[in-house]
Parts: sequence; structure tokens; C-alpha cells
Amino acid sequence: MPRRVAIGIRGIGHRVIDSTWRLGYASRFFLLILLKSGTSLRRFSLVIRELYFTGVLSLIIISVSGLFVGMVLGLQGYETLQRFGAESAVGTMVALSLVRELGPVVAALLFASRAGSAITAEIGLMKATEQLAAMEMMAVDPIARVVAPRFWAGVISMPFLAAMFSVVGVFGGYLVAVVLIGVDDGSFWSQMQNAVDFRYDIVNGIIKTCVFGVAVTAVAVFEGYDASPTAEGVSGATTRTVVTSSLVILGLDFALTSFMFRGMS
Amino acid sequence: MQRATMDLWVGLFVLAGIGALLFLALKVGNMGTYSSAEGYTLVGNFENIGGLKVRAPVKSAGVVVGRVTDIQLNTKTYDAAVTMNIDTRYQFPKDTFASILTSGLLGEQYIGLAAGGDDTLLKNGDKIMKTNSALVLEELIGRFLFDKASENKEEKNGKD
Amino acid sequence: MCHTLMGCAGGTFGLKLKSRQPDISSLRRMASETLVEVNDLNFSYGERPLLRGINMTMHRGKVIAIMGGSGSGKTTLLRLIGGAIVPTSGHVKVAGEVVHKLNRDDLFQLRRKMSMLFQFGALFTDLSVFDNVAFQIREHTDLPESMVRDLVLMKLQAVGLRGAHDLMPAQLSGGMARRVALARSIALDPLLIMYDEPFTGLDPISLTVIGNLVRRLTDALGMTSIVVTHDVQESLKIVDYVYFISDGVIAAHGTPDEVRESVAPFVHQFVHGEEDGPVTFHYPAKAYASDLKLETGLA
Repeated sequence: MPRRVAIGIRGIGHRVIDSTWRLGYASRFFLLILLKSGTSLRRFSLVIRELYFTGVLSLIIISVSGLFVGMVLGLQGYETLQRFGAESAVGTMVALSLVRELGPVVAALLFASRAGSAITAEIGLMKATEQLAAMEMMAVDPIARVVAPRFWAGVISMPFLAAMFSVVGVFGGYLVAVVLIGVDDGSFWSQMQNAVDFRYDIVNGIIKTCVFGVAVTAVAVFEGYDASPTAEGVSGATTRTVVTSSLVILGLDFALTSFMFRGMS
Repeated sequence: MQRATMDLWVGLFVLAGIGALLFLALKVGNMGTYSSAEGYTLVGNFENIGGLKVRAPVKSAGVVVGRVTDIQLNTKTYDAAVTMNIDTRYQFPKDTFASILTSGLLGEQYIGLAAGGDDTLLKNGDKIMKTNSALVLEELIGRFLFDKASENKEEKNGKD
Repeated sequence: MCHTLMGCAGGTFGLKLKSRQPDISSLRRMASETLVEVNDLNFSYGERPLLRGINMTMHRGKVIAIMGGSGSGKTTLLRLIGGAIVPTSGHVKVAGEVVHKLNRDDLFQLRRKMSMLFQFGALFTDLSVFDNVAFQIREHTDLPESMVRDLVLMKLQAVGLRGAHDLMPAQLSGGMARRVALARSIALDPLLIMYDEPFTGLDPISLTVIGNLVRRLTDALGMTSIVVTHDVQESLKIVDYVYFISDGVIAAHGTPDEVRESVAPFVHQFVHGEEDGPVTFHYPAKAYASDLKLETGLA
């Protein structure tokens, strides 16, 4: 019996040491990316190439989901608000939900599963096929040449994608509430504009997306770079990217929201 | 993928992103109609502000003219000092009446300004002297019940 | 014919490279002197010693083979020469510099003079054949695009794949990918090329092509080639000197002729591919009979 307890305690210790070590390793890696970003910022064509893969190719999933989320919000919002005779506030509800929460969060979740997993798989595969080792042997730093451009492309494209998500969502809400149901066009927009504050709602939403962008891409490039160089290693790393970054997004969202909208309606 | 095509797509992507941000700022938000940068400050003391919150609109004749920027409790008089930022386009006379109103039965609370007839105008940092507190539902109901009770008593007394 | 082509490919040393770079052509003229020196090298992975007391000397212009069974530490030796890992004791000197004592910048400077051909080529899958070969030239020099193009086409011509320059790596066969990787590794005219199992998984034709290319490029460019392999017959045809590694020590070394004639049991077994010898067929085990619990039955 005491033997089993010892094994159990040793297991806990092993896990704690392991995860602390990994966290430190990840932070060090993140720091290295920032330090070695010079090349990718000087040769911006490297980042543009990755912007195409992370940003442009995520456009379709982002705008289609944004449209549907906005339409559902319009429908549900109307359903609920008309009970109180406040159906003209549906624009406010759609816009506030999108700009504050759903835009940043859902766009980041979609981004993690579309672009984040692709980044991890790509870097992991480059590692598995010794491309990173080959680059190292050619006196080219893989962190500067491969990792940093992908990181910056992700960080840059995330706020744009979230903004597009929100805009398309507002149009989706407009489509359902005004065009289909017949809420007054003028009060839809004016109530929205009255209630949505640029500084508090929109800027805070943009800050959120920037934080999510950094978090998701940092997780994605780290998992890819850290993947064990086998087929199973890469597929495991891809799954870990989606799971970890989704959890990180939701956790950060709670922290940021409670910090930003504290003491406000 | 040709380099030029890729550049084109990324350029379009960035433009669309900036467009979306502008749309959010100007069309969804209130950047286009009202900016808190250009405005002057007025203060009003209210006995009870009810559910008034920072950023609640200040309206006159139903038009949004400003926003509440700060709410503090004055510990000398124990009433609420409400600071509001008013658009410089709108000027109000000295004897303007400020009251806390509710839009609809369950809607948000806002400050309504009713202009008086004085010739001198309110300046930056001035205090609005005439204020009317928020209607607090509990107090209303309490007063109603109290009135009812005293009515009943009178009726009883009358019968006796 | 190929030799004149090699001449073209080789005649590009005079490139002006981006940063402080010793004059390669003058280095190259000092042929037949020692380029790589391995001195009493030990390396252990954790508790387990992988290499013990390795001594080697490699001269310019030679093709050297390092042979040994799987897991004998050959690839580790290459990684030590390339500076990817640090030895437990002893040192490797390349072009007069102790590799593991260099800081990262100096190591990267040294690596511009060496290159490595990985087992399956390790071509960059997101770049075309042309861009793969141009990769190092673009990263390390400021040459105009027209000159890069000329250089790349020359290198591709040397491996016979000029016509394939706009294919993607996924469209190449294994042998072609290996040749493109070879063109890529000679892009900056290195002093030293290391080949990690270049013959693995190739058909006999591709195998001969790669083998001959290694020999010809070495001669034409005056560089040193280190070939890690267990393909005895093919490598004995092209190399100048052979080191046999077994269990982390150098079991034997010599010229191909000496190796063929060798009577040392390990070398003989390896060269002739015999099933049993110093390297036993059976993994060490208890006596067969006792493992099967036969003696209890007999008793």
C-alpha cells in the first residue's frame, strides 16, 4: 500500500515538473520568436505569403459563420425582445453581442481550427521531414525564417477576420430582423448606434481579438515546432493546438471581459 | 500560386479588414454621430439616481446631446454627483431642469434636460441647480400601499 | 561532357557574399590538406555511450565513407561534425576551428562552408525545385535575380534536372528529389558535404547516378565529401577512404582495396554481408534450452 502511495505522489510530482518545464520552454520559445522577428519584418514578403494562407484562406469560413451567427442572433433576439415590446432593440442586441463577445471569440475559435491547425501541421511536417534541420545546416535560423513570419501573419490577420465576422454578422441580423421580419430599418440602426460605444465596446473588442491572435498563433507555432517528428507526433500536435488554443481563448475571454467591462452595464 | 496574385489577394484582404473596422466604428458604433472629445462638462446633484449608469445618454427633447461620464457619492450632502459630457453644439440656459427618466417601462435610464428661459448659458464645469431624482419602483409601490392603508383606516374610522 | 559542365558549376566561387567571409578560392587552392579532424571524440546520450575515442582525418578533395550497422552511431558523428550536438569530450575541427567551441554566429558562418544531404532529401515542400536550389543563395547573398537564375540553372544542369526547375518537390521521384537536394547543397560551393544515407531506397539506376554525381562533384568542385552509408558495394566504387564504425568505436579503416582484401573478421563480415560473425545473428540471451525450460523436463 505505501508503495502505491509513493508511486501516486511520484506521478503527481512528475507531471508538475513536466508541465512547468514545458511552460518555461514555451515562454522561452515565444521570447525567441520576438527576438528573431527582425528578418520577417525586414523581408515583409515572407509575412505576406503567410498572410495569404492564414488570412485570405480563412475568409470563407469566417464570413459564412458570421452571417449565420448574425442571422440566429437576429431571430432569437427578436423572439425574446418582442415579448417586452422592445423589438426595435434587436439591432442593439445583435451588435453588442457580436462586437463584445461573439465576434472576437467565435472568430478566434474558427481561426484556431482553420489556420492554427494548418500552421502546426505545416511546421510539424517540416520538422518530421528534416526540413528544419536542413535549414539549420544551411545556416538559416528556422525560427526567424519559418516560425516568425507565420506568427506575425496570424497576429495581423486575426483582428481583421474578427472585424469582418462582426460586420457580416450585423448584416445577417439586419437581413433577418429588418428584411424578413420587418423591424423598422431606421430604429434598427439608430438604436444600435446609440448603444454601441466606440471606446468601450469596439476598442475593447479589438483588444480582445489582438490578444486572441497572439495566443492562438503562439500555441500553433509552438506545438508545430515541438511536435515529435513522426506522423503520429504531427497529428497529435495538431489536435493539441485546437484543444489548447480553444481553452486559452475562452479562459482569456473571461479574464479580459471581467477586467474590461467591470462595473458597467 | 503566382506571387502577384498572392499579393493582390492579401492586399484585398487587408483593405476589407480595414473597411470592416471602419464600418464597426462609424456605422455600428457611435463614432460617427458623437465624439466625447469635443464637449463640455456639467454636474448635477441628484437625491437618488436609481439605476443610472456611467455612459447613459443625456437627452433633450429626445435627442442625444451627451453622455454621463462619472457618478460619485457626495459625502457631505449624501446625494449623487453626476458628471456629464455635453456636445458643444448644444448650449443650455442656466435654469435647465435635469431629471432621470426611463425609456419605456423596463428600458434604460437616462438624463433628460428640459431647457428653461434664462438668458445666461451653462458653461463648462457648471452645476445644474434644478434636478429631479429617479423614480424608484419600490418607493412608489411603498407609497401607494401606505396611501391605500391610510385610506382604508379613514374609511373604517368613517364607518365607526 | 559533364566535366565541362562541372567546370561551369564550379567556376562560381568568386561570389561576393553578404558578410565577412574568408576568401573561399584561396582556401580551396590549398588542396590536399586536412579539412576535418576528429580527435579522441566521445559522445554519450544520457548514460549510454554512443561514440568512444573516435579519431579521423579527412583531406580536401576526397570522398570518405563512414560505414557501420544500423544504430552504430554514424549519423551522430555527422551531427557532431555539423555542430548540431556537443561532444561529451574530445573535439571536431573543421577548417581549423573547433566546432563545438564556436558561438552561434560563428557556427553559422562555418556552416556556410559545409552542407548536408539528408536521408530523403529534406526539400522544402512549399517551394519549387528552382526556389529550393535558390534558397541559400537568396538567404546569404545579395545577388540580383538574373544572376541567381543563372546560378540555379547551372547547379540543376550539373545534376541533369535543369528541365525540372519549375516542378514542386511532391512531383519528383525519390532519385530526382535526392538529385535536387544535391544541387541545393552545392549551391554556395561548400568545402564539405555530408551525406546521410544517400543511397537508401533508390533503384539501381538512381543509385549509380547519385554515386557518380558524388564522385564527380567532389572532383570538380575540389570539396570534401563524407558519405555515411551501409551500402558497401556502391560506396566502395566511388570512395577514397573508408572508416568502419561498430559499437561506437572505429573497428577498421583503409582504402577500398585494403577493405576488400581485409581479413579482419568484422570487415569481412560487413563487406560480404555474412549473416553470422563478430556481429551475431542472435541477440544476447540465456541458453536456448534453459529459456524453453527444457532441462527441468530432462531432469
